[in-house]
Amino acid sequence: MKWVLVGINIVATVASDLLQSHELKQAGEQSVGARGLVRLMRIIAARRYLILSIVFLAVSFFAFMALVQSAPLSFAVPASAGSFILETVLARLVLKERIGGRRAAGNLLVLAGILLLAR
Amino acid sequence: MDTAARQAAPWLEWGVNFRREHLLRTYLLVLLFVALRSFGNLALAWGTKRLPETLSVHAAAYLWSMLDPFVAAGIVLLILSLFTRMALLSVADLSFVLPTTAVGYPLSAVLGWYFLKEQVSAEHWIATLLIFAGTALVGTTPRNTTPTEAVETEGAERAK
Repeated sequence: MKWVLVGINIVATVASDLLQSHELKQAGEQSVGARGLVRLMRIIAARRYLILSIVFLAVSFFAFMALVQSAPLSFAVPASAGSFILETVLARLVLKERIGGRRAAGNLLVLAGILLLAR
Repeated sequence: MDTAARQAAPWLEWGVNFRREHLLRTYLLVLLFVALRSFGNLALAWGTKRLPETLSVHAAAYLWSMLDPFVAAGIVLLILSLFTRMALLSVADLSFVLPTTAVGYPLSAVLGWYFLKEQVSAEHWIATLLIFAGTALVGTTPRNTTPTEAVETEGAERAK
C-alpha cells in the first residue's frame, strides 16, 4: 500500500508541476503579499489548466497524507521526491527549459541525496 | 558599472538593480517555501499519527482529520506554501525550482528526528550534504531560461 501511495503522489505531482510551471510563466511575475495573493487567485480562477493543476495537487496531497500517517516522515518526504528526474526531463522536453551541464550535475547530486534518504 | 557608463546610459543601472532585486526576491521565495512546506509536513505528520482511523482505508476520515489542530495547521501552512511556489514558478524555471527547494528534504528528516523522534542515520547526513551541494550548484545557473512575456512587458514599461 505504501508504494501505491508513493506512485499516486508522484504521478499527480508531475502533472501538477508541469501545468503550473507552464501556466505561471505565461501569467508573468507573481508575489505573495496581500495584493499579490488576490491577483494570484484571480489568475488561478481565469486559467483552467491552473485549476486542473490544483486538482492533481489535491490528489497528490491526499495520497501524501495517507502515506505520512503510516510511514515515517523521513521516508515519506524523500520518497515522494521520486518525481524529480521525470520532472526535470519533462521540463526540458515539454517546457523547453535549457538544462546546461552545471544544472544537470546539480540535479544528479540532489537525486543521489534523495535516493540515499529514501533507502 | 563605471560612472561614465552610468551617465551615458542610466537605464543600464536600472537594469542591473532590477535584475539584482528579482534575484533576491527569488531566493526569498525559495526560503519561504522551504520553511512553510517543511513545517507544514511536520504538523501534518504529527496530527495524522494521532488519528485512530487509517486514512487510506476510511475516506471519510479525511474530513474528520481536518478537525485535528495539527492537521488543520499543516494544511494551512501547505496552502501558503502552494501560493509561494506558484509565485516562484512565475519567475524561475521548474528545473531551477526543483533542486533549490530540495533543501526541504533533509530539513524534513531533521524535523522528524527532532520532533517525532525518528531515527536519522549517517546515510541521511551524507544525503543532506549531497542535496546541499546539488542545490548550491544549480543556484549558480540562470533561474529562468525561457522567455516570460509579462515580465518583459512589465520591465519595458518600468524602463519608460
